[in-house]
Amino acid sequence: MAERREERFAGESRWTRWLVAGPPAAFLLLFFAVPALIVVLASFREPGEFGGLEPWLEAGHLRLTLDAYRFLASDWIYAEIFARSLLVAGLCTMLCVVLAYPLAWVIARSPRRRRDLMILLVVLPFASNLLVRVYAWIILLGPAGLLYTPFAVVAGLVYVHLPFMVLPLYANLEMHDPALLEAARNLGAGPWTRFRRVTFPLSLPGIYAGSALVFIPILGMFAIPELLGGTGDILVGNLIKEAFLDNRDWPLGAALSIGLTVAVLALAALAARGARRRAPATGALP
Amino acid sequence: MPLLEIRDVSRRFDGSAAVDRVSLSIEAGEFFTLLGPSGCGKTTLLRMVAGFDRPDSGTLLLDGAPLEDVPPEKRPIRMVFQSYALFPHMTVEGNVAFPLEMERRPRAEIRSRVAQALELVHLADRPGHYPDQLSGGQKQRVALARALVGRPRVLLLDEPLAALDAKLREQMQVELIRLQREVGVTFVFVTHSQDEALALSHRIAVMNAGRVEQVDRPERLYAAPANRFVAGFVGKTNLIEVEVQRAGPAQLALRAAGMGEFIAAPVAGLEPGERGAFALRPELVRVTPHPESVELHNRFPGRVREAIYLGDVTLYTVETEGGLALEAMLPNATPGRAALLHPGDAVVVAWRHDAGVYLRG
Amino acid sequence: MSARAGPALWAAALAAYGFLYLPLAVVVIFSFNDSALNAGWVGFTTSWYAKLLRDGDMLRAAGNSLAIATASAAISTVLGAMAGIAMQRWRMPWLPALVMTPVAMPEILLGVSLLLFFRQVLDLTLGFFSILAAHVTFSIGFVALIVRVRVAGLDPALLEAARDLGATPWKAFGRVMLPLIAPALVAGLLLAFTLSIDDFVITFFVAGVGVKTLPLQIYSMIKVAVTPEVNAVSTLLMALNLGVVLAALRAAPDLLRRL
Repeated sequence: MAERREERFAGESRWTRWLVAGPPAAFLLLFFAVPALIVVLASFREPGEFGGLEPWLEAGHLRLTLDAYRFLASDWIYAEIFARSLLVAGLCTMLCVVLAYPLAWVIARSPRRRRDLMILLVVLPFASNLLVRVYAWIILLGPAGLLYTPFAVVAGLVYVHLPFMVLPLYANLEMHDPALLEAARNLGAGPWTRFRRVTFPLSLPGIYAGSALVFIPILGMFAIPELLGGTGDILVGNLIKEAFLDNRDWPLGAALSIGLTVAVLALAALAARGARRRAPATGALP
Repeated sequence: MPLLEIRDVSRRFDGSAAVDRVSLSIEAGEFFTLLGPSGCGKTTLLRMVAGFDRPDSGTLLLDGAPLEDVPPEKRPIRMVFQSYALFPHMTVEGNVAFPLEMERRPRAEIRSRVAQALELVHLADRPGHYPDQLSGGQKQRVALARALVGRPRVLLLDEPLAALDAKLREQMQVELIRLQREVGVTFVFVTHSQDEALALSHRIAVMNAGRVEQVDRPERLYAAPANRFVAGFVGKTNLIEVEVQRAGPAQLALRAAGMGEFIAAPVAGLEPGERGAFALRPELVRVTPHPESVELHNRFPGRVREAIYLGDVTLYTVETEGGLALEAMLPNATPGRAALLHPGDAVVVAWRHDAGVYLRG
Repeated sequence: MSARAGPALWAAALAAYGFLYLPLAVVVIFSFNDSALNAGWVGFTTSWYAKLLRDGDMLRAAGNSLAIATASAAISTVLGAMAGIAMQRWRMPWLPALVMTPVAMPEILLGVSLLLFFRQVLDLTLGFFSILAAHVTFSIGFVALIVRVRVAGLDPALLEAARDLGATPWKAFGRVMLPLIAPALVAGLLLAFTLSIDDFVITFFVAGVGVKTLPLQIYSMIKVAVTPEVNAVSTLLMALNLGVVLAALRAAPDLLRRL
C-alpha cells in the first residue's frame, strides 16, 4: 500500500477537512475537554454551603485554595486507600492473566473457523450490563456466605474484566510462529521451559496491553466494591463517588479525581512503553 | 498547439524533489509514455495531471488553459489505475455507466454507450458480473471501458499491465495499441518496462530522479541515447570509457583503455582530450574466430569469457587482449554459421564505423 | 498449526468458559424460579416477568433507556463516522487523542467531569439531555474506531477513480464510500445503542433525581433487596444485548477479526 503523503486534490479547499472533523471535534471539546479542565479548576475551589462550589471569582479577586489537596495529604487514610486501590487492581490484574492465559492459548491454537466462535463466546458476557454481572455474583455468593468479603470484591472485579485480558493476549498469541516452539523442542527444551523461555516473553506485549485494559478501569470502580464488598470506602472510586454524591464536597472529589487521572496517565504511559519496546520481537509470521 | 502541456512542474515530498522542473508537450492522438525506474517521479507526475495532487511550482495546460484549480471531476482526463479500482459494489455495467451517470445522461443513451464501450474492449458478454468474479485481464478491460466511455481528451494509464503474467501482458499490449489507434484518444502511459515502452509508444520521455533525460521516438531513443542513463536503461548496451583523439566533420577517433583506437560517427563540438562514454549495442558487435572474414576497421582480438544461451540469441562476453570486457549478441539460427563459440575461444570483435554513439560526460 | 493444546489446558479453558457463563446462567434460571429467594429451585413460573410488566417505575426506566439509546446511537454514529473518516484521510494528530481518550479512561472520571460541567457551568438540571450528551461523548470513540478500520481497508484508488470519472466530492462519498463503509456504520450504530442501554457509571453521575434509566433502576433495586424481579429484568437485558451483538456481527462479519 502506498505511503501516506500529504497530497491535496486540485481544487480542494483547505476547509474540507474541518467540515468533516469539525462537528465531532467541537462536540468532544465541549463535552469532554472543557469538563476535564473544569475538574482541575474545581479542585482549587471552596465547597459551597449546600453542595456544589463557591464562585472562584468574587468582587474581582480569586477565591482559590489548596485546601482540598492539603486535606488529602494531611490524612494518611487517603494514601492508604490509594495504595490499597493499586494493590487490589494489581492483584486482580494478575489473576486475570492467570485465568485468561490458558483460554487465550487454547483459542489461538484452535482451527481457524472455530476461533471466531470461541472469541465471540468470550466477548458475549461482556456485552451484558455491568450490574447484571455483579448481581449474578450476589446471588451466587449470598447463600454461600461469601458476600461482603474481600473475596467477593476480587471475584467480581476479575469476572467483569476477564474478557479484556483474553482479547489482547489472544491477539498476541495468535501471531506466534509455531516453528519457534518446534525449534525450541528440537533443541532440547521441555514444555515448561518452552513456555518460560519462548512463549511467555513473546506474549509480554499482549499482557501489557491487557493489563492496561484491566488495571486502569479497576482503579475507578465503585459499584463492585459497594455492592459486593458492603462497605463504601474501600477503593478510590468509592471515595470519589462519596465526595460528589454523598458528602457533596466537590473540591475534594475533584482533587481525588485529579489524583486518579495522574495515576492513570502514568500507568498508560508505562504500558505503552512496555508494549512498544517488545513489539519487534513477537516473531510474528509475515 | 499541443494538447497537454507540462511546464516547469516541480513537486517535493519530505524535502526531496519527486518531480524536478519537468517540461513536456504532448500532442493530440499520441501514445506518449513516461518511462523510468521506480521512484523516478513518473507516477507523481501522472497524478498531478489527473488532479489528485498539485504541483508546488510550474503549470499544467490542457488546450492552452491552466488546470491548477480544476478539480479532478471537472477535467476531461480519465485514468486507468494500477489496481484497476473497480467499484466492488457495482456490476461491470454499473462501473462503466458511472461516468455517464455523473454527466447526467439519459438512461437510453447510457445503456447504448456502455454496450458500445464493452464491445470495444471485447467484453460484451459479462455486463452483470461483479468485479470479484473477473480475472485480471477482464478487470483491466472493464477499467479501460469505464475510462473511455466518457470520450475523454486524455487517457492516463498507471502501469496497467504490471499485475498481469507475461503472456497476458503481451496480448494486452496488442489490445492497447489497437484501442489507441482505433479510438484516437491521447494516451499517457507510465511504465518501468522499456520493452513495453518501445513496443507501444509514439514517443517516450525517459525520466530519472524527477527529471526528464530524453524525449524522443522509440527508434531514436534506442539508436541515439542522449546520455549514459538513457543508454543503459533503454535496452542493453556496452558503455566504454573513451578519450577523444581526433574530432573532424567526417570522422571521430576515440581511444579506449584496454582496446585501442577506433572510428565512430562524428559529433559536433568535441575537443581532443575530452573524456566520455561510447555506447555500443551488443547486437552491433560482431564476434568471429576467423579474423580474415572481417573487413571492418574497428577490430580487436580477444577471448570469449562467457557464453549465455538465450534460445534465439547467444550473449557473449569477450575480453580483449587489453582486458576490456565487451558484450556481443549473436543470433543462433543463421545457416552456415560456424558452431557456437565457447569460453576460451580466441576471437576477433568488430563493429561498423557508424555503429554506436559517443556520449559526453 | 502443529502445537495442539493438551488435555490439561483444555480443561483449564473449559473451566474459564464455565467461570464466565455460570453466574449468568444462574441469573437466567432463577428468573423462572417460583420462589422469592434465590436459594433453591422450587418450580417454573413466569410470574416475575408479569410483575415486571406491571411495575410502573421499571417500565418508565425502560422507556427512558430506549429513548436515550436510540438518540445516542443516531448522533454518535453520525459524529463518530465523521471522526473515523477524518482520522484516516487526513493527518491531524490531535483528533485521535480527543476522540479515543473518553474510551480509554475510567468512566468515573468522565461522569464526574460532566457532572461538574452541567451543574456548575451550565447550571443545567440533570436529566434526559445530560445523560444523552454523556452517552454520545463516550460512544463517538467506539464508532470512530470501527469506521476508521473499515475506511483503512478500502483501496484509496476507489475514491480517486470516482473523482476521476466525474463525481464531485459529495457524489464520490455518497455513491462509493458510503455503500462500502455501510457495514461498519451499522455495527457502530448497534454498538453505540448497546453501550447506551448498558451504561451505569457515567449515567449514575449525570442522571440527577428525575430520570431513571434501566441500569439505575436495577441498581436501586439491588440495594434495597434481592428479588427475582431483578433476575427477570437482567435476563431480558441480556437477551437484548445478545440480539444486538448478533445483529452487529451479521452486518459486519469481518470486523471481529480486524479489530
